[in-house]
Amino acid sequence: MRVQALIVRIWRQFIHDKRTLALMIVAPVVILYMMSLVFNGEEYKPDIGAVNVPAPLVHKLEQYGATVVEYSPEDAEKALEDARIDAIISFDGVIPHVKLEGSDPSVNKSVLLLLQKLLQDMNPAADALKSSISYLHGSEQMAAFDNFGPVLIGYFAFFFVFLISGVAFLRERTGGTLERLLATPLRRWEIVIGYVLGFGLFTMIQAGIIAWFAIDILDMIMEGSFGYVLLVTLLLALTALTLGTFLSAYANNEFQMIQFIPLVIVPQIFFSGLFNMDTMAEWLRWLGAVMPLTYGADALRDVMIRGKGWADIAPDIYALAGFSAFFAAANVLALRKHRKI
Amino acid sequence: MTQDACIRVERAGKRLGGKEVLRDITLHVPRSEIFGLLGPSGAGKTTLVKMIAGIDEADYGEVYVKNQKMPRLDVMSNIGYMAQSDALYGELTGYENLDFFASLYGLKGGTKKRRIMEAAKLVNLSADLKKQVLHYSGGMKRRLSLAVALLHQPEILILDEPTVGIDPVLRQSIWRELERLSGQGITVLVTTHVMDEAEKCHKLALIREGSLIAVGSPESLKKETNAQTIEEAFLLYGGARA
Repeated sequence: MRVQALIVRIWRQFIHDKRTLALMIVAPVVILYMMSLVFNGEEYKPDIGAVNVPAPLVHKLEQYGATVVEYSPEDAEKALEDARIDAIISFDGVIPHVKLEGSDPSVNKSVLLLLQKLLQDMNPAADALKSSISYLHGSEQMAAFDNFGPVLIGYFAFFFVFLISGVAFLRERTGGTLERLLATPLRRWEIVIGYVLGFGLFTMIQAGIIAWFAIDILDMIMEGSFGYVLLVTLLLALTALTLGTFLSAYANNEFQMIQFIPLVIVPQIFFSGLFNMDTMAEWLRWLGAVMPLTYGADALRDVMIRGKGWADIAPDIYALAGFSAFFAAANVLALRKHRKI
Repeated sequence: MTQDACIRVERAGKRLGGKEVLRDITLHVPRSEIFGLLGPSGAGKTTLVKMIAGIDEADYGEVYVKNQKMPRLDVMSNIGYMAQSDALYGELTGYENLDFFASLYGLKGGTKKRRIMEAAKLVNLSADLKKQVLHYSGGMKRRLSLAVALLHQPEILILDEPTVGIDPVLRQSIWRELERLSGQGITVLVTTHVMDEAEKCHKLALIREGSLIAVGSPESLKKETNAQTIEEAFLLYGGARA
């Protein structure tokens, strides 16, 4: 069968080109690992300059993990100016006064959180009002990386498959082998299906390794079934494959293929739920609806963070399958440019 | 009108990018003939050959191969096409390239293996089949492309500049092979811009700037123009006489 010949050829090319194979599998793993190191770091411990702060309160601050240095008012201002400390707490009588260095929002937040705890302690009446907190999904220990980790799994699978399959198909075009293929009785749809199935095996291996690495090695939060994670990642990769091979019709060389990355790949990360969509302008949100990663990321989060099953991810699965079918069909049509039948 | 011609081009023409690359071409190639298309580069030889191979289509006029209007997939499986640029997969070995194309033409198992070995022997590449093609020299790639075209024993061979970069000894043996194939009833359409090669064709068509300027056997072309060589004849047909 002709499709089978194409599949075998793609496998053989991969086996000869070990570097590309490594890029597909090792690169996402390495990047995920680096991201986990960056975002799974310990909670930030602010440096506080204390001016006239009563000793019990200094003690309390240190209990909460802050590094406290006592200063005279002038020295404190100087230290803040030099960014050696994150905030000055000074007491003018019983009223605390706080001045933040203020250039890093995440540092500001952790200083303010610290103060909140401190004030709660100073006012015993608030203790009685302390609400009891419980979590529907996730937990108190959930790190930021757990929240966007599932999106990253999908994103890297998408990105690397898009790039490699797009360039592979482009080289077929520029190297003259596509024309040579079209001089054989091979049909246009057979070429597209051959590519999908040939690359499919490697994307399956890639999806499996990325998901396994993220969950078992990086210990990413995982409430649902591993099979669903694999299915969603694979479908995302398939969408990337069909999109990449289709778009390669509109690139004349590898350089022009790379130009699709800022146009097609980067915007997806903004609309994939990594950032909160609710704060986005209404008219911008529909953009998310035409981006495959939106559906993939949504499904991955449902499975990994919320432990949901088929009923909840089915619409996303169908959307991804639809994207793949659409891009594959578009590619069959785009090949008409080379041969009408 | 020769209805039994293996390849018929009837008043075909094509424009590419606003330029008329082929103008009103009519050409009949009988079965088992070695037919040469001779002309300078840019004359439109490759475009014409692609139209016959079924990859390209004429804007007007018709192309028939074995009395079927091209392009048709079932006819294409009976054509062996060798493109001007070596369309090979550099990462793959010579054997794997041949294996891939053989499978595309539906060869299987023992027959496939036998045909691969025969084709490789014909172009003197048997010892290099295990090498990756990216380590091949230009001439070796040319020969492998030729082997790909011969693999499935097509009735029609279309060879676009087949002997560029091939050493003279091998070139001679390739021409002997083409002669043998034509003796077996295979039709060979070959483009060239090398004049001494043109002499070896049974019949020649001279193409210049998209138009056919003369068709005939090398001898008759020379006789008609009173020329000593094909090159001279070409110049005379091209209007140098005036």
